[in-house]
Amino acid sequence: MIVADRKPMEEILAMLAPYKRVLVLACGGCVTVCVSGGEKQADLLASQLKLAAAAAGRADVQFDVDCITRQCDREFAAMLKKPLDQYDAVLSIACGVGVGFMSELAPQATVLPGLNTTSYDASTAKGVWQEYCGGCGDCLLAETGGICPIVRCSKGLTNGTCGGTKTGKCEVSKDMDCGWYLIFKKLQAAGKLELYTKVRPAKKWSKDRNGKGARRLTHKELMETEEFSK
Amino acid sequence: MTTTALNENTPVNPNEPVSRLQREFQAGHFVVSGEIGPPKGTSIEKCLHEAEEYLKHTVVAVNVTDIQTAVMRTGSMAISHMLVDRGIEPIFQMVTRDRNRLALQSDLLSAWCLGIRNVLALTGDHVAMGDHADAKPVFDLDSVGLLRAMTTLENGSDMGLDAKGNANVLEGSPKFFKGCCVTPCADEVEPQILKLQMKVAAGAQYVQTQAVYEPAAFEKFMTEIRKRGINVPVLVGIVQLKTAGMGKYMNTSVPGVKVPDWILKKLTDASKEDRQKISIDICGQLVREMKDMCQGAHLMTLGWDHCVPDIIKAAGL
Ligand code: SF4
Repeated sequence: MIVADRKPMEEILAMLAPYKRVLVLACGGCVTVCVSGGEKQADLLASQLKLAAAAAGRADVQFDVDCITRQCDREFAAMLKKPLDQYDAVLSIACGVGVGFMSELAPQATVLPGLNTTSYDASTAKGVWQEYCGGCGDCLLAETGGICPIVRCSKGLTNGTCGGTKTGKCEVSKDMDCGWYLIFKKLQAAGKLELYTKVRPAKKWSKDRNGKGARRLTHKELMETEEFSK
Repeated sequence: MTTTALNENTPVNPNEPVSRLQREFQAGHFVVSGEIGPPKGTSIEKCLHEAEEYLKHTVVAVNVTDIQTAVMRTGSMAISHMLVDRGIEPIFQMVTRDRNRLALQSDLLSAWCLGIRNVLALTGDHVAMGDHADAKPVFDLDSVGLLRAMTTLENGSDMGLDAKGNANVLEGSPKFFKGCCVTPCADEVEPQILKLQMKVAAGAQYVQTQAVYEPAAFEKFMTEIRKRGINVPVLVGIVQLKTAGMGKYMNTSVPGVKVPDWILKKLTDASKEDRQKISIDICGQLVREMKDMCQGAHLMTLGWDHCVPDIIKAAGL
């Protein structure tokens, strides 16, 4: 799932300072699961914003709340209670995809991000989300025991641990596992250490988002739907 | 300008040494290398002076660090070239943190044109460790990838492809003496040895180690790598400890370095006036104890370059 975290309150207040009619727009997808951008968080955020605005002498600012199943899918836009451009600003607390897509669907509207989108995570324990995939477009997991070196190694190295590993932790923080140490342990346990020593060719970063710009997936058999959405 | 070797041809014999460092290893001599760090700023006179005064006549080659610990400073290539001009053989350290494969390959060609022959391939500390923590870390290649890039350039092509999908052909190719790094006393040494195997497979011709203070652990490491057929020359890394506090800091903060109690005690017991001498003696003793296990020592005196001649004397070299 995509994980996002709420922006600092001061940053949100500064973004919304010029506006009088604000919609806080929640998303029922990933951000509901990671408890950052669901309906409950939208209600809470709207009350906090109202209090903060009142304290700043702007009690007249109106904060509405809405939530749709997913902000990243055209079909759910029909769920919106009111068109977005009837607000001075929409504070979307979806991931960046939702913010961008809502903004595109409502050309006249000002859609602002309430969250910082960070990563593709697994929920590893109650209240804990850990990044597992870098979305690099050229998956290496078959050779690394299912542990992604692109995100679990701070440097995204593709050929084994660097000299910074210490008691299984990364040089960047003693609270963070060294990704290549995890890969080493996993391959050792699986009796596949020959994969560790395989010198891999330089990674094809052309498949990554930095390679050839924004990536796009099309399924030919579903193109009708794709056409409809564009 | 005294730029050297601009028109030098690639040696035909693949075993012909390209540098004094390589020649010394081939001759079976015990090799000592030193290290200087470029300054943060343009006042380079001091580091060049120290290299001329204390290193030129005492060591075979001088490492020039490359934006060490991710703290921004003057570049390794410029200072390496200035050493060439002063008759001092540089070891151009190159990290993969700050340049993608285009820039790395281009800088390798530039370095060769500037007379630089020894290159030490390093991954480099993460930007989070330095003074520009918001910089974008590159790491397009890692140290293994950089060694492969060098080998590719030496073979007359680069890492890219032409429009037809064929390897690009270089107009003139470089020939380096390629080094790499290893941490022999890491808490878990197996991944380090495996990585060293990969580096040698990728083209590394010699090894410079992280600081070692435990001769017994180093001996075990050397026996193990030789058993596995890693036969390239190894320079044991000696970081000069100036105070006991520095030793304790290394124990808690530097991965794969363990400073034993006898060293900490010696430094603690030393009076302020004696401390430098004690520190030199410790380095000398470490080199003496390990010199039969390896092919040389890499002295990292961290600004105390004036101690190098005395360390060499204390080591009985
Ligand atoms: S310590 Fe491990 S996780 Fe951290 S950068 Fe080095 S190899 Fe990657």
